[in-house]
Amino acid sequence: MRYFLTEEQQMIIDICRQIVDERIIPARAELDEKGIFPTEILKEVGKSDLFRLFVPEEYGGMGTGIFEVCIATEELSRGDMGVATSYAASGLGFIPILIYGSEEQKKKYLPQLASGEKLAAFGLTESEAGSDVGGIRTTAKLDGDYYILNGTKQWITNGGEADIYTIFAMTDPGKGARGASTFIVERDTPGFNFGKKEDKLGIRSSATRELIFTDCKIPRENIITREGMGFIIAMKTFDQSRPAVGAQAVGVAQAALEEALNYSKIRKQFGAAISSFQAIQHMLADMATNVEAARALIYQTAKVIDSGEKNIGRLSAMSKLFASDMAMKVTIDAVQILGGYGYMKDYPVERMMRDAKITQIYEGTNQIQRNIIALDLIKRGVL
Amino acid sequence: MNPFDTYAIEEGVRLKERFNSGNNGNLDVEVIAVSMGPPQAEEVLKESISLGVDSGLLLSDRAFAGADTWATAATLARAIKKIDDYKLIILGKQTFDGDTGQVGPELAHKLNLPFIGYVSSILEIDYKKVKVKRLMEDRYEIIETRLPAAISVGKDINVPRVPSLRGKLKAKKAEIPVWDKNCLDIKEKEAGLSGSYTKVIKIFTPKVKHEVKIIKGSADEQVNELYKELKELGVI
Repeated sequence: MRYFLTEEQQMIIDICRQIVDERIIPARAELDEKGIFPTEILKEVGKSDLFRLFVPEEYGGMGTGIFEVCIATEELSRGDMGVATSYAASGLGFIPILIYGSEEQKKKYLPQLASGEKLAAFGLTESEAGSDVGGIRTTAKLDGDYYILNGTKQWITNGGEADIYTIFAMTDPGKGARGASTFIVERDTPGFNFGKKEDKLGIRSSATRELIFTDCKIPRENIITREGMGFIIAMKTFDQSRPAVGAQAVGVAQAALEEALNYSKIRKQFGAAISSFQAIQHMLADMATNVEAARALIYQTAKVIDSGEKNIGRLSAMSKLFASDMAMKVTIDAVQILGGYGYMKDYPVERMMRDAKITQIYEGTNQIQRNIIALDLIKRGVL
Repeated sequence: MNPFDTYAIEEGVRLKERFNSGNNGNLDVEVIAVSMGPPQAEEVLKESISLGVDSGLLLSDRAFAGADTWATAATLARAIKKIDDYKLIILGKQTFDGDTGQVGPELAHKLNLPFIGYVSSILEIDYKKVKVKRLMEDRYEIIETRLPAAISVGKDINVPRVPSLRGKLKAKKAEIPVWDKNCLDIKEKEAGLSGSYTKVIKIFTPKVKHEVKIIKGSADEQVNELYKELKELGVI
């Protein structure tokens, strides 16, 4: 399907496909089975300038938009969603600096993140606070020229692997979500340690880990904008990043569709390829239609964001919601088409099915996405 | 691009990065990709720019057509002499069509340079000398030579990178200079078909005749018969 891509956008796709074919596909089964973080692959991703997409040119980036980030994320997800998650999570980690950071913070952190030399992580979730930002227990207390961080973050993507962390902590616990603030914490800061490494259903090549802060002293200037902005920063960050989660979903669904289609043409039953049976044909037709619809919504959302439109929450939530539900269905159907083989680890579709599930959960569960969409509908009308 | 040349390109770019990172005394290193071929070979040179090479140079002229390894080496040698300020020539160990592996040594001969083939690692390099390791059939060799020199490399030396987006954008804009026979000041009889000592008349896949003999009987009988046959053939 053609999307009238520019030459530069096509180059991004070509680079990603080469990384997928040469580096990711030969390694992905082992990365998944053993839960190995794809350090070498991410270095290659960095060398290919893909982390630069997010970042303006004055900070070592290429100044492209969310659209380019989405097509790169989609292509990488066709290879392995764990790799794509690690890639996209670094972007998620530095979006707060990108949109709310001071000039000094941008100059200090963005160039090394743009080159891929360092990775970032986004530290919001805690055991009692996921969708409900107001439930954060981690605190940041101002003490002279420093903030003192205490608390534990849970399920942090790139935890333990990233060098730069954007951490959400309460500066005024009495105010709920409005009392949260965002801080930049560097990896080797005393009092900052890594806890439990999670053993996950899918995206097993990505790292998910606890971050533990014990009287962790960080310079006062590491706060992003000012106290109390944490909730707004988190929401604005998600508005920008959710289409990339949708793009992951489209990528993994596309890969599952390709596997199912190829298999249906070579698998013979009752003396004929199963692709000649209408039951299979209709499944494939629905899968392809849904992938294409989700892709169109993601691309449209990304273009709206890149146009500078301010009210992007609804569309951004819709793109993530629709694409992730679609990916879950398409990957399950792919397993079904491959039958017994689909259920075996010798074929990649069972991994795709396990990987797809997370897109319905992270960066706001799909229930939260429906809340966002409904509230915006009621507030601003259908438009 | 000829597969073995991708390793040569990668090694050149890695050397540049090694020098530019200051580990080798911060010398200003430039990597130039040179190819002799028809005008469409420009694409291969652009591809090498997308992989980190600084510039490309195409040697193209109708008079260069039909060149064997000797005439190719002669043409390349002219161009490299004209570039003048060079320290290390890195070649893919052979092409994937002709498979001769002769251009490297012949080029070094024409430029009167030391040549080391099948290099698997560049151990040390500075402005004056290079120390390399190469794998032979039964041993490793570590060789040091003065620069300038020519080396050839195979797939054991590195894993070529994926092109970068900035590289691809640079390659798109890059102008590839084309040097013809006048530019190289090379006579027609030295280049192309007229400068070649060898001429490929025909390429074909040899027909292999298989003779199949099926040994029957019990397992013991089959083993005895097979043993006898192999012994007669002098295999065991």
